[in-house]
Amino acid sequence: MADGKEGDLKLLGMHVSPFAHRVSMALGVKGVRYEYIEEDLFHKSELLLSSNPVHKKVPVLIHDGRPICESLAIVEYVDEVWSGDGRPAILPADPYERAIARFWASYIDDKFFPAWLGIMRATTEEARGEKVKETQDAVQNLEKAFSEIAGGKGFFGGDTVGYLDLALGCFLPWFGAMRMMFGLEVIEAATAPLLAGWAERFGETAVAKEVLPEPEKAVAYAKKLQAYRASLNK
Amino acid sequence: MAGGNDLKLLGMWASPFVVRVKLALSLKGLSYEYVEEDFSTKSELLLRSNPIHKKVPVLIHDGKPICESSIILQYIDEAFAGTGASLLPADPYERAIARFWAAYIDDKMLAAWTQATKGKTEEERAEGMKQTLAAMETLEGAFSDCRKGKPFFGGDSVGYLDVFLGGLLGWVRAYEKLGVKTFDPEKTPLLVAWAERFWSLEAVEPVMPDVSKLVEFGKMLLARAAAAAAAGEGN
Repeated sequence: MADGKEGDLKLLGMHVSPFAHRVSMALGVKGVRYEYIEEDLFHKSELLLSSNPVHKKVPVLIHDGRPICESLAIVEYVDEVWSGDGRPAILPADPYERAIARFWASYIDDKFFPAWLGIMRATTEEARGEKVKETQDAVQNLEKAFSEIAGGKGFFGGDTVGYLDLALGCFLPWFGAMRMMFGLEVIEAATAPLLAGWAERFGETAVAKEVLPEPEKAVAYAKKLQAYRASLNK
Repeated sequence: MAGGNDLKLLGMWASPFVVRVKLALSLKGLSYEYVEEDFSTKSELLLRSNPIHKKVPVLIHDGKPICESSIILQYIDEAFAGTGASLLPADPYERAIARFWAAYIDDKMLAAWTQATKGKTEEERAEGMKQTLAAMETLEGAFSDCRKGKPFFGGDSVGYLDVFLGGLLGWVRAYEKLGVKTFDPEKTPLLVAWAERFWSLEAVEPVMPDVSKLVEFGKMLLARAAAAAAAGEGN
């Protein structure tokens, strides 16, 4: 039974994985120490393969030898285990607000993420154009969501960062990378002013500064992936 | 009964996602008003309550809409924590495992199943079937690991994962009659036994859809998909 003590805590991650960053940031919010293990996704470790045999992906949080997989499930786990004792909550307390937070996190993963990832992976101008439109539509929905949820405050979580801030904020390095690689602004101040303000504010928080890498690192990784894919196609 | 007029469920009789919510409400002993949505024309209420996805199920509690079956199930568990048994386990690690497998069912199993039944070509459907069967074997392994000899994913009594997978059983039985076998008694015997056990529960049986109606509906959907594919091929 989890008693809130840290115990043996390991996080298998990758330095530019936004999903791993969600977990690092959640642990940061809670002030919990852990051992970080950088995975080479081109040569996955035995530990990763045995801890996440179903998906073989990062992040995996291993707590007292027991693995937890899927970034949002891990964040909820962290929120539940390290609750109380004056530690900040990640999810809201009210069941309806929790449902709203989960809804938008699911939207971010199911609709928003594939759209902007699609921009990077598109091989034709036409395909890219389609994904850009999808991304812009998703951003508009998230802009509306922010205005409803934040209720005039600085973050989705209110005065301090919460579940949705982590769920969306983890992508900021990659938005920077897209700016550098395509001259594309995922969150445009002109069309999504609230989110643009939020992005800047989030980037200034302690957890973001501690965890999120510079966009240049994401660009370098994207190039490495491109080269790898090209080599597969030969 | 708790809940009363506060709860309204927008649904569609054949939707397995709606069945999940009905199962959860039934297991919790909650009463609610059910509103059947027309398959082709969506009501104002639905469009207003779920503007992003425009889909059922939507649970409306005290006028506030909650969307997405997994989110609705967790909401019911949290908002009505004092009523009936909990759906999700109490232990955070077990909850994380339940959430993991629920995500697996929707992201992997269902995607494969959809391809197996609605794939445009014979090849696509065969590939979908292969992946569905692989997913079912993975679930069989998960069930064997987490049940510890107990009858349900939730242990001695039904829980979140039982409801999650259970919502699909109507279509599992319907597709079997249409020639698509999802549960294999040789490869996934535990799941086959679990399915029988689950369906026969008092709180479950009355909620499950009429399989013969699903078969007819399934035939109609398959014919529609085939026609669309044929039309597509003609272009």
